[in-house]
Amino acid sequence: MKTIIKLTRYGIISAARSRWILGYTAFFFLASEGLMRFGGDTSKAVASLLNVVLLLIPLVSIVIGTMTVYNNRDFTELLLSQPLKRGSLFAGQYLGLALPLTAAYLLGVGVPLLARMGSTDSVTNAGLVLMLLASGTALTHIFTALALVVATRYDDRAFGLGAALLLWLMAAALYDGIMLAVIWTFRDYPLEMPVLAMSILNPIDLARTLVMLKFDVAALMGYTGAVFEKFFGTALGMSAAASALLFWVLAPFGLGMKIFAKKDF
Amino acid sequence: MLAVCVFGNATAKTHDLYPSHEGGVIARAVSGAQAGDTLRLHAGVYQEHDIVIRKPLVLIAAAGDEHKAVIDATLKGSSIVFVRTSGVTMRGLVLRNVPVSYMNDNAAIRVEGAQNGTFENLRIDNALFGLYLATSANCHIVGNVLRATKGNESSSGNGIHLWRCDNITVERNDVHGHRDGIYLEFNRHALVRGNTSEGNMRYGLHFMFSDSCAYEGNTFRNNGSGVAVMYSRFVRMTDNRFLNNWGAAAYGVLFKDITDSYMAGNHFIKNTVGLYAEGVNRTKIEHNEFRENGWALKMLGSSSDNVFRFNNVIGNSFDVTTNSFGSENRFIHNYWSRYEGYDLDRNGLGDVPFRPVRLFSVLVEEQQPALVLMHSLLVNMLDVAERVIPSMTPEALMDVAPSMKPFEITTTKAQTAIRKN
Repeated sequence: MKTIIKLTRYGIISAARSRWILGYTAFFFLASEGLMRFGGDTSKAVASLLNVVLLLIPLVSIVIGTMTVYNNRDFTELLLSQPLKRGSLFAGQYLGLALPLTAAYLLGVGVPLLARMGSTDSVTNAGLVLMLLASGTALTHIFTALALVVATRYDDRAFGLGAALLLWLMAAALYDGIMLAVIWTFRDYPLEMPVLAMSILNPIDLARTLVMLKFDVAALMGYTGAVFEKFFGTALGMSAAASALLFWVLAPFGLGMKIFAKKDF
Repeated sequence: MLAVCVFGNATAKTHDLYPSHEGGVIARAVSGAQAGDTLRLHAGVYQEHDIVIRKPLVLIAAAGDEHKAVIDATLKGSSIVFVRTSGVTMRGLVLRNVPVSYMNDNAAIRVEGAQNGTFENLRIDNALFGLYLATSANCHIVGNVLRATKGNESSSGNGIHLWRCDNITVERNDVHGHRDGIYLEFNRHALVRGNTSEGNMRYGLHFMFSDSCAYEGNTFRNNGSGVAVMYSRFVRMTDNRFLNNWGAAAYGVLFKDITDSYMAGNHFIKNTVGLYAEGVNRTKIEHNEFRENGWALKMLGSSSDNVFRFNNVIGNSFDVTTNSFGSENRFIHNYWSRYEGYDLDRNGLGDVPFRPVRLFSVLVEEQQPALVLMHSLLVNMLDVAERVIPSMTPEALMDVAPSMKPFEITTTKAQTAIRKN
């Protein structure tokens, strides 16, 4: 446990020293501040931020994650020569990455949005902002864990980075393409439940659906919206969504840990 | 009783009425009065219902007692006042508590076979139907406030209900909480102007088989399903506002089988579907504003020879959808906030055409669950690709010369447009 805390602290300090995390925070801050200032409306700002969050967080998390692991390779090897548990090392590495990224996101987006949540804003808007923050946090954790898997599995930097980008592309775009193809192929059938299931399986789609359902957009979706709202409105649906996200953190984390434990450095 | 000459008519008298414990004050006065007499109701509650008027009378609140003279049916009987003759005027009264009936169309004021009736400045609370006019003509329904609070679609009635009427003016009324706010069936030449119809269970305005009617400057807000307009010709809708009709089956305006009609100066804001057009033909839609709707315009393949021009289409999730590959309608000189073209010759019109149908909207039209992919990276990329090379979207449906700047939609402009038209 001590090892984990120490390594996490090391990760946070080294992240704070590097410029990318500042740039990352500043970007989110400027984007949300600008949208709030010029758009003026919380729900509109969230709508615009949603795309940024869904694209950028996975991309940055997975790229920064892989790069950091590769850059720290020597340090990791040094630590491995010490009498430390490999599991603790891995967990410390993970937290040292995921926590600064999450903090950067929460500060950058959360502060401008929550600071401007005046009395004029409804409870719905508060729910919207919280959902955006929560799903962004989940995505950060998921893609950091995936980054660790990739970087631990492949020693070749270029290959690892390529694999990371491919993973991101899969989740961000290709999966939706498959979904569209399925929807189009089976368009003569009632597809509400299959689409619901498919959108739960991909964390980016799930995050987008969760935030979108907090908008009025559910009305736009007619019957589909009603099905979705009914599902995610229930305790069962919410816990299904939460456990899907949790699964996407834990599964890669566990896998990465397993690879890390057996890896011959 | 006091007898006073009014209107210079030597025979017309004015009867002053006060509430009494005996009841039946108004009914007795009505049967005792001569044609052309005025019944002046003083402040207080008159517990009466089924007052049948068979001669031209004027029922008004006494001066200073406007909206204080209350006729309360106490949820009994069918109608409160039943007008069966021409030339009746009612003004400044409050009518309330008309019982729900699943068999009869109970109304606060029921008018049958009447000419030249005037119903003005009345307040109608908790009535099944508010004003129910059947087979009447040349009546004025002006400045009334109708409020219903209870019930659901099947246990409530319409606010202002016109059935087989001719030349009725419905002006500056405020209807809230009924089934349909304003309902017209088999009417001719009705003028519906400056009304507010809000928070009704079904439609704010609902008309069918009503040709040559005009709807000007009304506001329809937050109604269960918006406004539905069907099977009519020569309809003119100008300067109306259709706002916040948001729900799975809500429309700013639902047009079904509408022909030779005209729509201008209307604002469609924050509706699930701004304008839904099915079987609409030879209709001109111009100088309207469509803003922040789910779909600005859904025009089905059964619509043809319509002109859609000089409209602002701004910030809608989908601009236009259709279920047809061809386009028999003309879209020209509209302002589209999604348009990304340029104007090299600086004539105010874009040099490249705009195709308002997105690929994604075609997919959604085909299979609604696809909507979960809205805002996804892939869908946005597909839309861009489709815009460059249309394959699944109707190629012919385009605005060849879209406006570069939004139009200013004002009442006057719409009026000029109407005059030019």
